[in-house]
Amino acid sequence: MDISSTRVDDNLVVSVSGRLNTSTAPELDNELESLIAETEHLVIDFADLAYISSAGLRVVLSTQKAMNRKGGTLVIRNVKPEIMEVFEMTGFVDFLTIE
Amino acid sequence: MELKVEAKVENVDALTTAVNECLERMGCSMRSMTQIDIALDELFSNVCNYAYEGEPGHVNVRISEVQDGNAVRITLEDSGIPFDPLKQKDPDVSKSIHERAIGGLGIFMVKRTMDDVLYEYRDGLNMLTVIKSL
Repeated sequence: MDISSTRVDDNLVVSVSGRLNTSTAPELDNELESLIAETEHLVIDFADLAYISSAGLRVVLSTQKAMNRKGGTLVIRNVKPEIMEVFEMTGFVDFLTIE
Repeated sequence: MELKVEAKVENVDALTTAVNECLERMGCSMRSMTQIDIALDELFSNVCNYAYEGEPGHVNVRISEVQDGNAVRITLEDSGIPFDPLKQKDPDVSKSIHERAIGGLGIFMVKRTMDDVLYEYRDGLNMLTVIKSL
């Protein structure tokens, strides 16, 4: 898994590529924890994400909760069909903003 | 194919790569491979996190073609604490974000995406088998 972040206007865009699984999720969790403090508008780009398991869903959920708490926004962008299927199956589509 | 892997979460990437190479040789579709990769992560991490107390033990992973080469059977075996993850209650996926917990979501996804999931405890081994069309 690789993580990169860039600022586009008011948005902090975090791109995640590779596998978001049990072994890589803690790294993304740490990275997002510090990035959340730096922005009101967070965008996670999953264009190059191979898959997401429940360990990754845990990170997405805690990030959404953290952004809600600070009154900011989280947008998940470029979700491939295989990953969309996971968000649908687990009901995450109900509270995530997916573009 | 058979693999013996130490039950440590950092080994999941090497295991996934090895299983994917095998699935590619079998002509597995992208969608099935993604779902199998997720299932593998859920099942392997369960063993890593719960099966062994103290020193980590091993997980044996066996992969074979079934149904005239139209499906794959993957079995994970560990000699840890007897535990049937399929007995876990399914999470309520309609709950709001405030009431959401992640527990149980992994096994729930495995049950939803695989064609068949079977658990057996035999000869001191937990055996978790998934069957998925290629």
